[in-house]
Amino acid sequence: MNILVCISRVPDTASRILIGSDSKTIDPAGIKYVVNPYDEFGLEEALRLRTKNGGEVTAVTVGTAASTDVMRTALAMGADKVVLIKSENEPTDSFYVAKNIAELAKEISPDLILCGRQSVDYDSFQMTSVLAELLDMPSVSIVSALTVDSDKLTAERDIEGGKETVEAPLPCIISAQKGLNEPRYPKLPDIMKAKRKAIEERDAIPSEERVTISEMSILSKQRVGTILSDSDEDIAELVRLLHEDAKVI
Amino acid sequence: MMDFVLTEEQEMLRDMIRDFATNELKPVAAKIDEDGRIPQEIIEKIGEIGVFGAAFPEEYGGSGFGEVGYCLVQEEMGAACMSTATMIGAHCSIGLNSILIGGSEEMKLKYLPDLTSGKKIAAFALTEPGAGSDAFNLITKAEQDGDEWVINGEKLWITNGPFADVFAVYARTKRGITAFVVEKGTPGFTVGADEKKMGIKGSRTSSLTFDNVRVPKENMIGRDGRGFLTAMKTLDAGRLGLGAACLGAMKEFLRLSVAYAKERKQFSQPIANFQTIQNIIAEMAIMVYTTESLVYRTANDYDKETMLSRQSAMVKWVASENLDKCADMAMTIFAGMGYSKEMPIERMYRDSRINKIFEGTNEIQLGIIARDNLKRHGTM
Ligand SMILES: Cc1cc2nc3c(=O)[nH]c(=O)nc-3n(C[C@H](O)[C@H](O)[C@H](O)COP(=O)(O)OP(=O)(O)OC[C@H]3O[C@@H](n4cnc5c(N)ncnc54)[C@H](O)[C@@H]3O)c2cc1C
Repeated sequence: MNILVCISRVPDTASRILIGSDSKTIDPAGIKYVVNPYDEFGLEEALRLRTKNGGEVTAVTVGTAASTDVMRTALAMGADKVVLIKSENEPTDSFYVAKNIAELAKEISPDLILCGRQSVDYDSFQMTSVLAELLDMPSVSIVSALTVDSDKLTAERDIEGGKETVEAPLPCIISAQKGLNEPRYPKLPDIMKAKRKAIEERDAIPSEERVTISEMSILSKQRVGTILSDSDEDIAELVRLLHEDAKVI
Repeated sequence: MMDFVLTEEQEMLRDMIRDFATNELKPVAAKIDEDGRIPQEIIEKIGEIGVFGAAFPEEYGGSGFGEVGYCLVQEEMGAACMSTATMIGAHCSIGLNSILIGGSEEMKLKYLPDLTSGKKIAAFALTEPGAGSDAFNLITKAEQDGDEWVINGEKLWITNGPFADVFAVYARTKRGITAFVVEKGTPGFTVGADEKKMGIKGSRTSSLTFDNVRVPKENMIGRDGRGFLTAMKTLDAGRLGLGAACLGAMKEFLRLSVAYAKERKQFSQPIANFQTIQNIIAEMAIMVYTTESLVYRTANDYDKETMLSRQSAMVKWVASENLDKCADMAMTIFAGMGYSKEMPIERMYRDSRINKIFEGTNEIQLGIIARDNLKRHGTM
């Protein structure tokens, strides 16, 4: 069974995000980039399926030349092959990314494609659907449990207030949800070996961007309201808050 | 002249260990302290991800990250749980290293793969009831009897003693001090009860008793009479790793202190506004920076095989003295909350002090540094 895993390179959620001077991109200075956490679930699932059924796991990312770091992480976790589809700028349009991944998918004809449910940087939630459309494959999104047989898969999906079990024929596209698995830590010898493995690089095919970002902004930190009762203690607390926090009295 | 930038794989190593330490270790550090032991699953996981082999060459099952890599590991472990860093240090830096530094190729191939993988755990047995700082005067005896050596004596304060599988035991022969591998379960070899300690309670420590313990002559580590040299070289490595663990704990003290100082309000403002508190934070930051520079500069020298004993003695002294000061400063900032078991400061404070004592007391380190400097007529 051959599996393609899509990996997005995103700022570590602990990073402090600043907007670049063009007001359209994230300023990369001082940001630590990591494998998108939902893509880690996808990669882990692919590695487990490979252990069970054999085959090959290819990880792909569409990104700038700086993306080799997440490709090495994918190698250290156990991907057999990694492909970096190099774009000049950080890609933000899902169609552009999907189009490039679809071209690779046509070449390697995977039985299964795994994405994360969303990329935690631009949060478009579109990859799975666009990719499925481009490849004319069924897609199942937000999957929290997966069983794969020779020609079909059974997936459990999180839906509002419950769970749903669905079936789909292979080849198929899945988007991974938290809970699908517990991603492994790359082992030290594998980190060392990843250094020596090749990262296949190719240039992205130019494709129209269907959605472009016109402006980004950061919400100012919202003040959270505090509701107090009319009890004696709360009145004392109100006075304290007005005096110490709000400093109005 | 020098490059202090981590390579891509060193960064990956650090990130991975940081994730592991933050997610798997830190949440159970208080429990490890309370229970007086590190859960077996955690030791196994640490083995699985390859931590025990971090420093060591690939031919012995390691991953070849060298001393710099090992220090990166110990820094993260020290930040999360000093008991665990101590267990790893005793196993890798002084237990396993005794064999790597002193042993024959045959011996290394026999023992190291199981130790780097964590299938077996090592311990370093030098100290005795009558020989602490004065380790050279140890009296545990080893006598040759045909193809075997017979060991008699007692060791004290042996980290990992209660559960280690492989012990590097330093004993006196006719030719001087000689090191031997003694395996758990060898007849006549018994392990004492867990010592009750002030801190690093999860790192288990015990005495060892040797009552006519027979080991085959192949178990001699290196040459007869050369054991003290092996012990000293091993401790040179150990002191460096110890410094890295101290560094991690110092960084944790600083992080926690800054967060608390910004949060805690007195006199209608965060205590971080007060200059006294700011001075403490500045001093902690200076200590973190100087210790970090020293640890990695020295680890880099170790990997280039140019490190001298005085350098690791300085790392050990600076890192553990600074850690002890940081612990006290963090306690100052947290005050009552620091003294409470609700916060990790109390445990980390107790866990810090040992670093000035073991692997040669800080007074002994000063002696090493001073003697070296006197020999060099006051030049570095
Ligand atoms: C928790 C723990 C774990 C340990 N783990 C191990 C282990 O795994 N393996 C192992 O072999 N040992 C281990 N040790 C032993 C440790 O290395 C010794 O405790 C240490 O070397 C000091 O020896 P001592 O306690 O006998 O102190 P002493 O040597 O009795 O020293 C008492 C005091 O006198 C000072 N002093 C002694 N001689 C001099 C001198 N010449 N000049 C100036 N001051 C001097 C010392 O600095 C100290 O302040 C461990 C100890 C502890 C507490």
